[in-house]
Amino acid sequence: MENYDIVIIGGGPAGLAAAVSARENGVERIVILERDRELGGILNQCIHNGFGLHTFKEELTGPEYAARFISQAADLGIEYRLNTMVTDISPKKTVTAVNCEEGLFEIQAKAVILAMGCRERPRGALNIPGYRPAGIFSAGTAQRLVNIEGYLPGREVVILGSGDIGLIMARRMTLEGAKVKVVAELMPYSGGLKRNIVQCLDDYGIPLKLSHTVVDIKGKERLEGVTLAEVDEKGKPIPGTQEFYSCDTLLLSVGLIPENELSIGMGVELNPVTSGPRVNESLETNIEGVFACGNVLHVHDLVDFVSEEAKTAGKNAARYVQERSIILIPGEGVRYTVPEKICVKRMEERLTVRFRVGKVYKNCYVSVYFGKERVIHRKKAVAAPGEMEEIALTKEQLMSGPNLETITIKIEEA
Amino acid sequence: MEEKNLICINCPLGCMLTAAVEGEAVVSVTGNTCKRGEDYARKEMTNPTRIVTSTVRVSEGYEKMVPVKTREDIPKGKVLECVRALKDVEVKAPVHMGDVIAENIAGTGVDLIAAKEVRKI
Repeated sequence: MENYDIVIIGGGPAGLAAAVSARENGVERIVILERDRELGGILNQCIHNGFGLHTFKEELTGPEYAARFISQAADLGIEYRLNTMVTDISPKKTVTAVNCEEGLFEIQAKAVILAMGCRERPRGALNIPGYRPAGIFSAGTAQRLVNIEGYLPGREVVILGSGDIGLIMARRMTLEGAKVKVVAELMPYSGGLKRNIVQCLDDYGIPLKLSHTVVDIKGKERLEGVTLAEVDEKGKPIPGTQEFYSCDTLLLSVGLIPENELSIGMGVELNPVTSGPRVNESLETNIEGVFACGNVLHVHDLVDFVSEEAKTAGKNAARYVQERSIILIPGEGVRYTVPEKICVKRMEERLTVRFRVGKVYKNCYVSVYFGKERVIHRKKAVAAPGEMEEIALTKEQLMSGPNLETITIKIEEA
Repeated sequence: MEEKNLICINCPLGCMLTAAVEGEAVVSVTGNTCKRGEDYARKEMTNPTRIVTSTVRVSEGYEKMVPVKTREDIPKGKVLECVRALKDVEVKAPVHMGDVIAENIAGTGVDLIAAKEVRKI
């Protein structure tokens, strides 16, 4: 099995910023596992401008913002694997992943950074009645079709939900020649940024209907139209307010949900409000050495804050790896050791470990194993329970093995 | 004197601005948090502009499309003309970030540039 200090799940803005920060804080063995065929995550399809005002003090498009972090990661020589899907992470931080070159493989991590991002809430979660014709897309899927694949999903569009992706797509579809008839929002306020309402809807005369929802979908093979109705303060449609809109496309921009299947699988506790992991000040989850950042932790509206958060997670993961303790194991013939753990970063240049043997030995050896390798083998004429024994370990010795996790002290008879 | 309400689009704060207009001239701007808000209101009332982002097709590239943007903001009234001008534009990979895709788009004097690297297959 391969060993890495930090394995980062996801190569979007959060994963990239976390990787850069962990490397800048001195961690060598880092790998990013990314399921797409390129780094950058969802930024690659967010071709609109407005990213990076906080981080870079200029207004960038999504791909440009991603490129800044991708080149930082490249300059630092950070390893990554593309087209690689992580299928499982064990509580002991063994990461199982699969790709075409290596097949199924495992990586043992000392620390894991969860940076999987989020997913769009689908139609199935909305309880909209009617058939399931073609032409109903989540806004992000439509964004991918237009901006990456180069297809226009439809010509006459209604958008349900006023999340930022929906607003951005109202403008994008308009610029690509489609007619966006209306944006309906269930709540009495918009779910997106005010600036997006101005520059995506108002600029193009697209009406925003607050307290409205889709109550019926017409069309069997392809969408033919939707019926909107006003809702009361409890979200129930008000009879008599129905209005039919003919359209071939319905885009849903009705919320994002952190993608935490892997987190749940490894036993990470989630917060029911955010659907993301519960974390402490270091962005560490309930599992020691497992950190989370970006949209997998809670859905952000600004990527700048994702980068900032990821930087914190990367730094703390680095600190965790560096301050991780080596466990001292009392082996054959040794009853205990003091201390039981060594934090290499905090230890003095030289550390005396004291212990007692379990019985009287004559002409024996005191042996110390770093992992499975014997590094000290000292002859001893007599060792007895009544006389405390000691060995000395130096910081230099402990730093030499990159993956030293356990040290065993035992008595070997000659 | 007439008062116009605007929402600033410069940053996510989305300040509610009020511009006092006398004929064609903006007399005062209130409600802004920073200088950019005032500049925006003055410009929005006299010569509103936008950065335009879109995509154009790429041939022989690792990607089918390359995102593009106007290097600077262009008059709002020219936005649709600008995207129409891109309808049949196709570029050949490799494309580098910042490459000029179309010069002087829609007669605005502003170039349209690539916003992403697209490698050749």
